[in-house]
Amino acid sequence: MSSVYYTKDHEYISVDGDVGVVGISDYAQEQLGDVVFVELPEIGKVIKKGEECAVVESVKAASEIYAPVDGEVVEINESLEGNPVSVNEDAMGAGWFFKVKNIDAAQLDGLMDEKAYADYLMTLS
Amino acid sequence: MHSASSEQEELKTTPLFGEHEILGARIVPFAGYKMPVQYPGGIIAEHLATRASAGLFDVSHMGQALLKGVDHATVAGFLETLIPADILTLKPGKQRYSQLLNADGGILDDLMVSRSADPGQDGTLTLVVNAATKEADFAHISAHLPAGITLERKESWALVALQGPKAEAVLADLGADVAAMGFMSVAVCTVGGIAARISRSGYTGEDGFELSVADGDVVALWRRLLADDRVRPVGLGARDSLRLEAGLCLYGHDIDTRTTPVEADLLWSIQKRRRESGGFPGAAVVQRQIRDGVERLRVGILPEGRVPARDGTEILAPDGTPLGVITSGGFGPSVNGPVAMGYIKKSHATPGAAVRLMVRGKPVEARVAAMPFVPHAYKR
Repeated sequence: MSSVYYTKDHEYISVDGDVGVVGISDYAQEQLGDVVFVELPEIGKVIKKGEECAVVESVKAASEIYAPVDGEVVEINESLEGNPVSVNEDAMGAGWFFKVKNIDAAQLDGLMDEKAYADYLMTLS
Repeated sequence: MHSASSEQEELKTTPLFGEHEILGARIVPFAGYKMPVQYPGGIIAEHLATRASAGLFDVSHMGQALLKGVDHATVAGFLETLIPADILTLKPGKQRYSQLLNADGGILDDLMVSRSADPGQDGTLTLVVNAATKEADFAHISAHLPAGITLERKESWALVALQGPKAEAVLADLGADVAAMGFMSVAVCTVGGIAARISRSGYTGEDGFELSVADGDVVALWRRLLADDRVRPVGLGARDSLRLEAGLCLYGHDIDTRTTPVEADLLWSIQKRRRESGGFPGAAVVQRQIRDGVERLRVGILPEGRVPARDGTEILAPDGTPLGVITSGGFGPSVNGPVAMGYIKKSHATPGAAVRLMVRGKPVEARVAAMPFVPHAYKR
């Protein structure tokens, strides 16, 4: 059973064991609109919490994605290259970006769980 | 995800703002107005629907005004002192695209100028200018007005655009007899019982119309047009992707005071008599550029692969020599890939020339390309 955590910038990390799956929330994809390209990090890249780790291109703009935690990229979602619209269609599932390991568990405590994120979204509108 | 928060200054609304809210539009600040960037369904769907059927745009934020004098020669003669187009020979019922120029030949704004088909209106020209520049434009024109010519701003006029291959049939079904109108012609018609000043023109590359109506009538007109299944509302997002594929300039990006009409590849909009006789601001610069050529030219750029190259992206030669910069770029839904335009050294401004774009520090191969990226479908 995985646990999902969210950042205030609308990235999510879904943690199962020692691997986390990173992507953007359904709210984020809705805000961005039609996604036409996703630039992903290279496998093996060590990412630092808060640093830019990917870029989402929608029709109208490029948006930077920040790492939710420290970690090492171990897999990227190569299907996004041919099918970037899956970010819109299934942000929390098929539209994932990359997987990380060597996660600092203490950093997860600083993120929002489902309930806290839902409350956070309520404050944005 | 990071998104820039917009300044919540005093934003204006168009008379259609309530309609955009009812339709569930995403509203963004644009040129001092709260405008719809997209409706539910998204930019790509709106873009493709405009090319396949008909899109309806609220462009009421744009500036409309009448320039009035005793007769056509008088008012056209005055306007020609500010713009390089031939307005004297503009026929009744016709419209021309031009630019307000400064003394260096730089572009203060681009605009549409039309002459009424009604002989009773002779001596009146209709101007449509960009929203972001309308205050400065009208102040500029007013500052040059000679005795006997007046500028009447029409802030009570709303403006909508109906664009796409089904636009003519949609208007015909509402009783507007527009079939005989050619591209860049204007007429006064009744659309579903509403009096409208119509021009057969637009900003999408498609056949289409712009309809200017009284602000009190525009909600009824909007609803009547949207009641037709062939029409869907289209926001600023698709307006931008449509005009980019059509190779049309966006003021503030592709043209501004640092670019001349010659550099912007808009020489087609300066008719022969004006090229030769001058008499407009910056004529000496423009004539010299026509005679001696320019150092840089606006061209189309087609990046290879899928990565969009945005405004500000550097253009290099394959050997790394700087050549210019992208001024508009993004994803073209009809092209189904990235498209862009920008300024490049004249030596490389040839369709097919290989160039390199630096996108986030990484090279993207690209080619100079002829525009439009999607053929224009104007009714000639």
